[in-house]
Amino acid sequence: MNHTEGVALSEPIADEVRKTTCYMCACRCGINVHIKDGKIRYIEGNRDHPVNKGVLCAKGSAGIMQHYAPARLRAPLKRTGPRGSGKFEEISWDEALEIATGWLDNVRRDDPKKLAFFTGRDQSQSLTGFWAQQFGTPNYAAHGGFCSVNMAAAGIMTIGGAFWEFGAPDWDRTKLFVLFGVAEDHDSNPIKMGIAKLKQNGARFVSVNPVRTGYSAVADNWIGIRPGTDGLLILAIVHELLKARRIDVDYLVRYSNATWLVIDAPGTVEHGLFARDGEGKPLVFETVTEQVVALGSKGARAALSGRVQLPDGRFATPSFQLLAERYLDPKYAPEAVSAETGVAADSIRGLAAEIARVAFDEAITIEQPWTDVHGQRHEGFVGRPVSFHAMRGLSAHSNGFQTARALHMLQVLIGAVDCPGGFRFEPPYPKPVSAHPTPHGRAEHFGSNKPLSGPHLGFPRGPEDLLVDAEGRPTRIDKAFSWDAPFSVHGLMHMVIANAHAGDPYPVDVLFLYMANMAWNSSMNTAGVIRMLEDKDPVTGEYKIPKIIYSDAYASEMVAYADLVLPDTTYLERHDCISLLDRPISEPDAVQDAIRWPVIEPDRNVRGFQSVLIDLGARLRLPGFADNHGKPLYKDYADYIVRHERRPGIGPLAGFRGLQGDRAGRGATNPEQLRRYIENGSFFSAHIPLEAQFFKHANQAYQDFAVRMGFFDTPQPVTFQLYQEALQKFRLSAEGLREPVAPETHRQRILDAFDPLPDWYRPLGEAMVDGQEFPYHAITQRPAAMYHSWGSMNAWLRQIHTANVLYVPGLICERLGLVDGDWAWLISHHSRIKVPVVRMEAVNSSTMWTWNAIGKREGAWGLDRNVPEAQKAFLMNHLIHELLPPRQDGLRWSNSDPITGQAAWYDLRVRIEKADKGAVSEPHFPGLAEPDDELSSPEELRYGQEWAQ
Amino acid sequence: MHPAASIIAFTVLSGVGYGLAAVLGLGLLDPTAIATKVAHISALALISVGLLSSTLHLGNPQRAWRAFSQWRSSWLSREGGLSVLAFLPLIVSAWFCVIEGRYLAPIGLVGSVLSLATVFCTSMIYTSLKSVQAWHTRLTPVCYLLFALAGGTLLGGMFGAAGGGSVTVVLVFALVLLIAAWAAKIAWLRNLDSLNPLSTPESATGLGAIGRVRLFERPHVTENYLTNEMGFRVARKHSAKLRKLALLLGGLLPGALVFLVLAALLAGAGTGATAVLALAAAVFSHIVGMLSERWLFFAEARHAVMNYYGG
Amino acid sequence: MTSLPALPTAKKLGLVIDLDVCVGCHACVVNCKEWNTGGYGAALSDQRPYGADVSGAWLNRVHSFEVMPEGGEIIGEVGEARIVHFPKSCLHCADAPCVTVCPTGASYKRTEDGIVLVDEEKCIGCGLCAWSCPYGAREMDLAAGVMKKCTLCIDRIYNETLEEVDRQPACVRTCPANARHFGDLGDPSSSVSIMVAERGGIDLMPEQGTRPVNKYLPPRPRTPLAESAHQLAKGEDTSGATGFFAWLDGMLDRI
Ligand SMILES: Nc1nc2c(c(=O)[nH]1)N[C@H]1C(S)=C(S)[C@@H](COP(=O)(O)OP(=O)(O)OC[C@H]3O[C@@H](n4cnc5c(=O)[nH]c(N)nc54)[C@H](O)[C@@H]3O)O[C@H]1N2
Ligand SMILES: Nc1nc2c(c(=O)[nH]1)N[C@H]1C(S)=C(S)[C@@H](COP(=O)(O)OP(=O)(O)OC[C@H]3O[C@@H](n4cnc5c(=O)[nH]c(N)nc54)[C@H](O)[C@@H]3O)O[C@H]1N2
Ligand code: SF4
Ligand code: SF4
Ligand code: SF4
Ligand code: SF4
Ligand code: SF4
Ligand SMILES: [Mo]
Repeated sequence: MNHTEGVALSEPIADEVRKTTCYMCACRCGINVHIKDGKIRYIEGNRDHPVNKGVLCAKGSAGIMQHYAPARLRAPLKRTGPRGSGKFEEISWDEALEIATGWLDNVRRDDPKKLAFFTGRDQSQSLTGFWAQQFGTPNYAAHGGFCSVNMAAAGIMTIGGAFWEFGAPDWDRTKLFVLFGVAEDHDSNPIKMGIAKLKQNGARFVSVNPVRTGYSAVADNWIGIRPGTDGLLILAIVHELLKARRIDVDYLVRYSNATWLVIDAPGTVEHGLFARDGEGKPLVFETVTEQVVALGSKGARAALSGRVQLPDGRFATPSFQLLAERYLDPKYAPEAVSAETGVAADSIRGLAAEIARVAFDEAITIEQPWTDVHGQRHEGFVGRPVSFHAMRGLSAHSNGFQTARALHMLQVLIGAVDCPGGFRFEPPYPKPVSAHPTPHGRAEHFGSNKPLSGPHLGFPRGPEDLLVDAEGRPTRIDKAFSWDAPFSVHGLMHMVIANAHAGDPYPVDVLFLYMANMAWNSSMNTAGVIRMLEDKDPVTGEYKIPKIIYSDAYASEMVAYADLVLPDTTYLERHDCISLLDRPISEPDAVQDAIRWPVIEPDRNVRGFQSVLIDLGARLRLPGFADNHGKPLYKDYADYIVRHERRPGIGPLAGFRGLQGDRAGRGATNPEQLRRYIENGSFFSAHIPLEAQFFKHANQAYQDFAVRMGFFDTPQPVTFQLYQEALQKFRLSAEGLREPVAPETHRQRILDAFDPLPDWYRPLGEAMVDGQEFPYHAITQRPAAMYHSWGSMNAWLRQIHTANVLYVPGLICERLGLVDGDWAWLISHHSRIKVPVVRMEAVNSSTMWTWNAIGKREGAWGLDRNVPEAQKAFLMNHLIHELLPPRQDGLRWSNSDPITGQAAWYDLRVRIEKADKGAVSEPHFPGLAEPDDELSSPEELRYGQEWAQ
Repeated sequence: MHPAASIIAFTVLSGVGYGLAAVLGLGLLDPTAIATKVAHISALALISVGLLSSTLHLGNPQRAWRAFSQWRSSWLSREGGLSVLAFLPLIVSAWFCVIEGRYLAPIGLVGSVLSLATVFCTSMIYTSLKSVQAWHTRLTPVCYLLFALAGGTLLGGMFGAAGGGSVTVVLVFALVLLIAAWAAKIAWLRNLDSLNPLSTPESATGLGAIGRVRLFERPHVTENYLTNEMGFRVARKHSAKLRKLALLLGGLLPGALVFLVLAALLAGAGTGATAVLALAAAVFSHIVGMLSERWLFFAEARHAVMNYYGG
Repeated sequence: MTSLPALPTAKKLGLVIDLDVCVGCHACVVNCKEWNTGGYGAALSDQRPYGADVSGAWLNRVHSFEVMPEGGEIIGEVGEARIVHFPKSCLHCADAPCVTVCPTGASYKRTEDGIVLVDEEKCIGCGLCAWSCPYGAREMDLAAGVMKKCTLCIDRIYNETLEEVDRQPACVRTCPANARHFGDLGDPSSSVSIMVAERGGIDLMPEQGTRPVNKYLPPRPRTPLAESAHQLAKGEDTSGATGFFAWLDGMLDRI
C-alpha cells in the first residue's frame, strides 16, 4: 500500500551514540545517549550494562527534560536579599572561589570544627570524605544518617554487608523472595528485573508492607503489616523455625558466632562478653573432648548449648543457647504478636513454613568444588533458595537497627547468606567490622591547619571509641558517635542545622552542603529548619549559622538559603566516578565500577562540583590537593579520577589500570583509563571465578581474589555476629560496670535498646505519644517516576506527579465522612498539615500515606507560582519533628534510632480531622524569588519538532 | 463529552438552516415575497455559518477539503460531501427565488432531500459511535431530523408570515413537528436515563473476575486531551434544570406561541406584525432552547474511555 | 483508506501486557514519549510545561486501579483489596472504529501487519477518531493539530539501522519488569500467542466490538500463605527449649 511507502521506516536514530551512566537516581544504570545535531535525541538503556541490561526507568527516560530544564542554575550566585528571599546576583567563578576560600581558610586556621561539610545525594563520598579529612574538620558525613544507616550498620555488624550496594538476592535461583518495606529503593531497575525473573521461574514473592502499591501490588502474598512492628513478625518466624527445628545447624556452626561462649557473670565487667583466650581468640566448648578450646582449634566440634565452666572458673554458655532460649519464648509465638503486628497468626506461621520448606526441602546444589578459609574442601555450594530484601520500611524506624539485625539473623539461621538462591554479597563486601576503621573526630584527632588523623566515619568497637570529650559530650556537630547514637556510622545529617542553630554542642561558622535540599524535603520539621536558617543572633545581627555554601544544579528550595551558590552541571555534562572506594555497582558475580563523562558540553557558566572541590582544596593548600609549593596536584576531577591513589596501585577506578590498561583492581595509573572506560560503555566489570562466587565470607578463593583486587591487603573472612558483643559493652557501660560509663541520662535508654540479641521494642516516638490521641500511622513512599525533589523541574515527570494526596483507609474515611477530594487536617504531636484526601482500601487499616517530596515551595524549581506542586501538594515532613517530645526531665532526644541515629521518619503518629474544602495545602510559605525570575518558562514545548519529517 | 461551543453552534445553526432550506424546497412560501428571499438567504447563511464554525475545532482547517474523500465509510465525510452537494440546488433555488421570484419544484425538492440527508449524516456521526452509548441509538437521527424540520418550519412560518402569505399549513406542521421532535427527544432522554452501561471499569480492565474495579490513580495528575474532550461531567441537578429549560424554550414556549398565532389565524386574524413578532419570538426561543438541548446532548453523554479515568 | 482492510490481516502485530508483573513504574510511558517526540510525525508537544495546568500528548499511559473483591475484607491476605497497575496504548483493533470514522483517510490500518496509523499529512485534526476509540488511545497534538497515537514503533520494528534485538517497540525494550511483549498475534505459534493461550489473555471491552489485537494477561491466582500454616509444626514434637537442645546435640553429631 502506498501508505507504507510514505513512512520512513529505517531512519537512523541519531548521528552518534555516547555511552555513560544515568544519574536520574542513584541506581546508576548504563545509558546510550543518542546525539543528533548536537542535541539529545534519545536516551535508552545500555544492553551491555550489568546493572540494567538495556532497560531504563521512567526517570532515566526523562533525562532530556532534566538536562534542558529551565530550573538549571546558570552561574555562581551571591546572596543579595535576606536568606530565603531568593534574591541573588550572578558572580564570576573567580569571585565565588575567592569568597569560599576566604571563609574556609579562616575556619581551618582558627578552628576547623567550625566547618560542617555534609553531602546529600552524591556518589563521590570517597572524594568528599577525603577532602574533609584533609581539611581537618571532624564534621563531615553524607546523608546516610537520614537515609538508611540502620540497614547498613545492622548488615555490616551482623553479616559483614548489607542489602542494596552490598548485596542482592540471587534472582535467578531464588524460589521464595520476601521483601520488607520497599517501594522503590536504589536497586530500582534490578529489583524490577528481578521480580520479572521470579515470576518467570514460578518463585513465590511475598511483600511485607503497610501499603499495597508498586512491588507489593504484584506480590503473590501481601502482608499489610502495622508500621514499626516488623521486628516482631521476624522474631515470630524465628520462633516457629526454632520450634520446628528447621534451622541450618551446620551453617551456624561454620559461619556464625553461635558456638562462641558468652560469659555468665552478672554484675561484673565482662558479663555477656565473649570468653577469650590470651590472644583474644573466642573460646568454644569442644564436645568430644569436653574441653573449652580456642576457636579454630583443629577438629573441634563446638557445642551450641550447655553451660560450661571456663578455665578461670566463671561460667559461660554458647551464644546460640541464649539466642534459642530467647526466641523460643512463647511471647514470640505468632498468636502473641498477631495483635501488635496486625498480621494473622496463620499467615505468619504459613510464611515460616514456606521459608522452611523452600530452604530445606528445595535446597539446590551447584557442583563446584571449593575450599573454605579453614582449608576444608567442599564438593559443591549448597543453596537455600530463600532470599530477602529490605529497605526503609524497616530502616526508618527508631527500632530499625534491631529489626534489620533480626532479619539478618533469620537469614543466617536458615543458612541463606551468600549461598545459591539466597542473599548474595557484592564485592568489595563482605567485610568484617574489624576491617573498617574506627571513627575519628575527638579533640586529639584534629587541630589548626592540619588534617584529621583518620577517617571520619567508622565502626566503634565499644564505648571507648565514641567521639565524646571527657565529660561525655559530643565532639561532632551532629553528635554522631556520641552516647546519643553510638553506632551512627553515617553521621546524623538531619541534626546538623538544628544543632548548629542551637549552638549545641557548639556553633559553626560555615555550613557547606552539596546536593541536599535541607531547606525542604530532606529535613524533618521543615518549617522549623527554615526558621533556623533565617534566624539571627539578636546581639550581633548575624545569622545564627553565619555562612552557607551550597552546590546544586537546579533552583531548589535550599538554594534560596545559601549565601554562596556553586552551580553544578547536569549529569550529562560532567565527570563522575562510581568507585569501589565508595558505593560501587558490583554484582554478586562481578566487581564493577563506572564513570560519567561530559556527553554534552555545558552551555552555562557552571562547573562540576567535584572539580570545584578539588580547586578549592588546592586553593586552601590541603595536603593531597596541592603540593608543598601550593601548586594544584590535579587539573580537575577527571585528572583526579585517573591519577589519585589511595594506597599504592589503588585508585578511584579499578578497571584498565597499569601501563597497558590490563590490570584490574591494583595497578599503576593509566593516563588512558577514562578513554578505555568510555570505549567500554563507561563501566568496568571483572568476573569472580565460579569457585569464589559463594560463601565469600569464608571462601578462600574469594578472599584471595579480594586481596588481588585490592579490597584488602590480607584476607578478611567474616564470622556472622548473631550475638553482638559491641552492644553488650554499651550495656555494661550503662550499668556503670565498664569504663567509660554511660552518662546517667542515657543509661536506661541504652539498657532498653542495646540488646546483644536482636529484639523488638516499640518505636520511641510511638511509645512517647498518647496512642488514643494519635491513633494512626502516617508514612511516605517513593514514587517510581520521581527522585525526591528532582522530578518537578522535569516537564515530563511532573505530569505524572503534579500533586500528591493523602491516602486514607476506607474505614477511617467512613468514620469521618471523608470522600475523595475532601480535605483533612493531619495532626501530629508537633504540627498539623491541611491536605486533600483520597480513599484507599489496599492499605493497613491504621496507616495513611502519601508520595514523598512532591510538594514544592512556591517560586522554586523554575515553575510558575500557581502550580499544583506549590499549591495543593504537600510534604509530610512538617509533621515529623527532629526531636522526640520532652521527657519528664525536660530532655529531648533526637527522633532517631538510639543505636545508629537513623532518622525515624516512619515512626510518625497522627490523628486526622475533616477540614473545610481548600485550594491550598497548609502550611504554605511565602514564595521565593527565583534566581532567574526574568526567565519566563515557555508556553509550549515541542521537543524534537525539528526532526519531524 | 465536552460541549464545544463551535460544535453546538454548528449543529444548531446548520440544523435549523437545513430545516428551513427543506421547507423552502417544498415551495410552501411565496417565492415573490421579499421575506421568502430573505428566508433563502438566511438558510444559506445559517448553513454556512454552521459549517464554518464546525471547522473552528479542526487542528488543520486548511486541509478540510480532504474530508470529502472517505464517503464510503465515514459519516463525517458523507456529511461534508452532502453539505457541499446540497449547496448546489439550494443556491440555484435561492437564485431563482431572489433574482427571478420563482420556485422550481424539481430543484427545490432535490434541495430538501439533500438538506435532510445532510442533517441525517450529521446525526449519524454521533449515532455511529458505539463508544458514546447515549448517542448510539436510532432515536438520535430521528431527533436531529425532527428538530431540524421543526426549526425549519418555525422559521418558515415566521418568514411566511412576514411575507404576508398564508402560513396556516406551515404552522400546523411546525406545531406537529415540535411535538414530534420533543416526543422523540423525551424518548431519547428516557433511553439515556435507563442505559445499562455497555462498558464498565470491570470490562474496560478485564479485572471484573477479581472484583469491583475503581480508579485509584490517574496516569497523569492534571487534565489531558482525553479528559478535556471526553471527561466532561454535568451535575445531575444542573442537567435536570437545563433539560427543563430546553424543553420550555425549545418546545413549550415556541409551541404555545405558534398555537396562539394559529388560533388567531383560524379565528380570522391576518398575519400582521404581532404574528410575525410572536413567531420571531418563537424562533428565538426555540434556538436558545436548542442550544441548551445540544449542550446537554454532549454534556450528558458519557464516553467509554471514562471507565479508565474514574468518570 | 479509511475502510478497514477487506480481509482480516494475516499478520497482527501487537503487544501483550502482563498485569501480573506490571509494577506501574511509568518507564514505558516516558520512554514512549521520548522515542516518539523525535520520531514518527510531529513532536509530542506539552502545553504549559512548567505551569499550573500542564498537559501533553502521550501515546501510552499507566492507570492504577483498586480492585475490591465483592464483600471482601480489607486486611489479611486473600480476598483483600489490591492495586493493579494498568498500562494502555493503542490496541490496534481488527475492527478499528477510529479508522472507519476518519473523513480524510489519514487514519488507516496497514494490511501487511495490522498496525493502525495516522498519516499526519492528511489529518485535519477533527478529533472524531479519538471520539470513536473506546480506549482513549488517540490524543491530539495541540501544537501540530494532528492526531497522535501509538505507532507500535513502526520506525523501530522495521528499522534496518537498528540491531536486530532492538527492532522492537521502545516501551517493550525499556520495561524493567518485562511486562510488555511484542509479536505477531495472528500467528498462533508466536511466543506472544502462546503466552496469551497459556495465561488466558483477554480483550479489553469486547462488547465494543473492536476486536483488539493487543491482549492483557490477568493477574495470576494467588495461594494464601495461611494455607501452608499447618505444614510446619507437623512431624516433630517441639515443646520447649529442652527438647530443642536435645535435638541440637543430635544434629551436631551429624555434622
Ligand atoms: N517525609 C519524608 N522525608 C524524607 C524521606 C522520606 O521517606 N519521607 N526520605 C529521606 C531520604 S532517605 C533521603 S535520602 C532524603 C533525600 O533528600 P535530598 O537529599 O534533599 O534529595 P533531593 O531532594 O533529591 O535532592 C537534593 C538536591 O540535589 C539537587 N541536584 C540534583 N541534581 C544535581 C546535580 O547534578 N548536582 C548537584 N550539585 N545537585 C543536584 C537537587 O536540585 C536538590 O536540590 O529525603 C529524606 N526525606
Ligand atoms: N524512584 C525513586 N527511587 C528512589 C528514590 C526516589 O526518591 N525515587 N529515593 C532513593 C533513596 S534516597 C532511598 S533511601 C531509597 C529508599 O527506597 P525504599 O526503601 O523503597 O523507600 P520508601 O519509599 O521510603 O519505601 C519504604 C516502604 O516501606 C513501607 N513501610 C513504611 N513503614 C513500614 C514498616 O514499618 N514496615 C514495613 N514492612 N514497611 C514499611 C512503605 O509503605 C514503603 O513502601 O530509594 C531510592 N530510590
Ligand atoms: S533506575 Fe532509572 S533513574 Fe535510576 S539510574 Fe537507572 S535509569 Fe537512571
Ligand atoms: S514499564 Fe513495564 S512495569 Fe513499568 S509501567 Fe510500563 S508495563 Fe508496567
Ligand atoms: S485502540 Fe482505539 S485507536 Fe487503537 S485501533 Fe482500537 S479504536 Fe483505534
Ligand atoms: S483527527 Fe485526523 S485521523 Fe482522526 S479522524 Fe480526524 S482526520 Fe482522521
Ligand atoms: S509501541 Fe511505541 S508508540 Fe506504541 S506505546 Fe509502545 S513505545 Fe509508544
Ligand atoms: Mo535515602
